[in-house]
Amino acid sequence: MTDQQHLQTLTDIKRIMERSSRFISLSGLSGVSAGICALVGAWLARTWLTAYYDRWDASGIYDMADFAELKLRLIALALAVMVAAVGGGIFFTWRRARRNNLPVWDVTSRKVLMNVCIPLAAGGAFAAGLLYNHFETLVAPTCLVFYGLALINGSKYTLPDVRYLGLLETILGIANLFFLRKGLYFWAVGFGVLHIVYGILMWWKYERKEREAFNI
Amino acid sequence: MNPIGNLNKIFESRIRLGVMSVLMVNDEVNFNDLKQMLEVTDGNLASHLNTLEENGYIKVYKGFIGRKTNTTYSITATGEKAFKGHLAALEHMIKFTK
Repeated sequence: MTDQQHLQTLTDIKRIMERSSRFISLSGLSGVSAGICALVGAWLARTWLTAYYDRWDASGIYDMADFAELKLRLIALALAVMVAAVGGGIFFTWRRARRNNLPVWDVTSRKVLMNVCIPLAAGGAFAAGLLYNHFETLVAPTCLVFYGLALINGSKYTLPDVRYLGLLETILGIANLFFLRKGLYFWAVGFGVLHIVYGILMWWKYERKEREAFNI
Repeated sequence: MNPIGNLNKIFESRIRLGVMSVLMVNDEVNFNDLKQMLEVTDGNLASHLNTLEENGYIKVYKGFIGRKTNTTYSITATGEKAFKGHLAALEHMIKFTK
């Protein structure tokens, strides 16, 4: 065997080790699309909230039915944003995996999903409990903290950079606890701006070269 | 000293090398996942896994998920040592011939 072959062997070993333990097809563009969904959602929520307070000011009294309706609409909006963000994320990741001829649904993606979903489900149940007990102001920080922890947990099985995004989300959620009632702004920054910045950075770091290599 | 003396003959096959690479970074991997990651056929993979097992480099656990067999593999301490030695020998060779 020549030197070149030995070097090739070492490169192969490294590639197999990486590919078998980390899900490397996660696309930066999924971060960008999720961020855009979040910003659109935040803008809509803000419009609804402003309209609600205008109605309150106009009538002069607190309207329980109106508040219940607002709450329901905001929850529905949050779910819609989540579905759109996850859908976009899956699409861009699937596209990247297909381009690189890698499977989307394999051991590594299952590991990422499991490890992200466990803290996320706990956070979801926790937030539902808060809503049930009328601690609405705590929902936004809770979502950010649990989402951040979920990312930190999942980062072991995908791009290591996800860990930093998770840390930032967690810190933002805790900061939000000290500025209650500003939850919407923290959400917009955490789920919107951070995702977009992270997505662009990841795209720049990992995918730009792939594109050049494939000459697309 | 023979420069290739430390290279392990068992790891000359690319598939065996691949299996060891996967098992180095994963605690436990089942047959189908190995097959998918290494892009090989059942028979081919099975015979290479046998060789590795006979040499005590990997451990085999036969289990079931429902009625389907689920065989998982993990690396042994001997296997890990042998593989690391092989990698070191490869690196050593490349450095020396440069």
